[in-house]
Amino acid sequence: MAIDREQLLHVAHLARLELRDEELERLGAQLNDILDAVSKVSELDLSDVPATSHPLDVVNVWGADDPRPCLTVEEALANAPEREGGYFKVPPGGS
Amino acid sequence: MTIDTLRLTAEEAMRLVREGELSSAELFAAYRDAIDRHDPELHCYLHVCDDDGGEGVPLAVKDVIGTKGIPTTAGSKILEGYLPVYDATVVERAKAHGLRVLGKTNTDEFAMGSSTENSAYGPTHNPWDLSRVPGGSGGGSAAAVAAGLAPWALGSDTGGSIKQPAALCGNVGLRPTYGTVSRYGVVAFASSLDQVGPVARNVRDCALLYSILAGRDPCDTTTVDLPAPVTLPERTDLHGIRIGVPTEFTEHPAIEPGVGAAVRRAIELAEELGAEVGECSLPRSLEYGVPCYYLIAPAEASSNLARYDGVRFGYRTPNATERLDMYKRTRDEGFGDEPKRRILVGTYALSAGYYDAYYGQAQKVRTVLIREHAEAFERFDLILTPTSPTVAFELGAKTADPLAMYLNDLLTIPSCMAGLPGLNVPCGLSDGLPVGLQLIGPQFSENRLFEVGYALEQALGFDPVPERMR
Repeated sequence: MAIDREQLLHVAHLARLELRDEELERLGAQLNDILDAVSKVSELDLSDVPATSHPLDVVNVWGADDPRPCLTVEEALANAPEREGGYFKVPPGGS
Repeated sequence: MTIDTLRLTAEEAMRLVREGELSSAELFAAYRDAIDRHDPELHCYLHVCDDDGGEGVPLAVKDVIGTKGIPTTAGSKILEGYLPVYDATVVERAKAHGLRVLGKTNTDEFAMGSSTENSAYGPTHNPWDLSRVPGGSGGGSAAAVAAGLAPWALGSDTGGSIKQPAALCGNVGLRPTYGTVSRYGVVAFASSLDQVGPVARNVRDCALLYSILAGRDPCDTTTVDLPAPVTLPERTDLHGIRIGVPTEFTEHPAIEPGVGAAVRRAIELAEELGAEVGECSLPRSLEYGVPCYYLIAPAEASSNLARYDGVRFGYRTPNATERLDMYKRTRDEGFGDEPKRRILVGTYALSAGYYDAYYGQAQKVRTVLIREHAEAFERFDLILTPTSPTVAFELGAKTADPLAMYLNDLLTIPSCMAGLPGLNVPCGLSDGLPVGLQLIGPQFSENRLFEVGYALEQALGFDPVPERMR
């Protein structure tokens, strides 16, 4: 299955990636090769096989609801590209 | 006391420091000196620590593992300058057991690759031959240990990133059973696969480091208690051990003749040591392992890497005045090609209309691989195969073709998908370059892997010091 330029732009938008024209061409071609190779999984009829999401047989690990030390506001903001007071600051608009 | 960093084992270093025969400062200085002499041509390290006066035996840490106050980039420009405000649990545990961070080792960006050539900071060179790759993604850790620039190191393994570089650099690397080592504080790539593990120059050092790392961590709810404590191996025979050799893995056309020959000799040696060796078969694991991996790992990566958006940490583009545009440009400018490819593949595989055919189907294939391995373990205690189909390849040989690069992990991926532990043990040279074999066992069989690996190591007598550095 080949993915065209329009689909690639849609996927890139979903992934919040701005791709330059040169990248669209190069990565697009590689993406098609990769998807072609991984499509091999569809050869197998696995309608009766359950899916594995986790390699260990563990379920619902509960923790005690005890307060414990956590990051301070200063630590949480220490690597922020931009901040204002106790907040991360981002440019306006968009979604 | 003169310290030969190429020969000193970590176990011996621990003893010397414990018994006061060597100071922490002398030991640290010896490795810093080795780094100063050799790292300019090898580029194992992205950051080397200065002696802060702390105590302990040095430990190199792969740069996907968070270290408080020490730069942690995951080999990516998008994390350039990032200073973690806490230590990963594995680093905390190492410090609590008398180790100290020596530096941060090079890695393919976000641990995505098999050669370290995807590092945004330039590749690491193989200490056995500078024109060749050290493997990846943990090529920095493997090359540092091989070249005596660290007594041991931490790696991380998603589809072979500990085992494959260990094979290409001639050292011992363990990918532990999924869930035995905490990932808290580790840069996430594919969470149902990622494992942290030890890289060392011999099997006992590897077991010793694993004993320090392993155990349940309340901060990582995917971790479990070990069913039995880690034991350091001592046995030198293999009586009573049943080893299965999957023919698809040993006779695959991608396997170089020199690799096949070295592994066959090791199998014969295992029999001489008393092991019972028989053929087994894992046909679907080999045929569908790589395609299955390259759906599941990118899908999970596309989700994990969503956090790099220029808001809370890391790079932010200076070229945007509006928020959505800021996210997109930050990610375009901050990520290299391989993370972009995987984010795109993963996003596509998870998107409406394609989920069942790709990600859902791959999760079912994963069940098939788990069952196939479980069946083999009904007859055998462990499985033995080559780790990498080839020895270290030339820098640049595979960078233009992502699919060719993906096949380096052909033999390591299947057991990772099944959540099984795997140990690389060097088993000889081919054209002067190391060949590794991998021992795969059922979940929580690390002690058995160390035992068999140790017996083979003693019998093989492989010299882990690169010939050009002896």
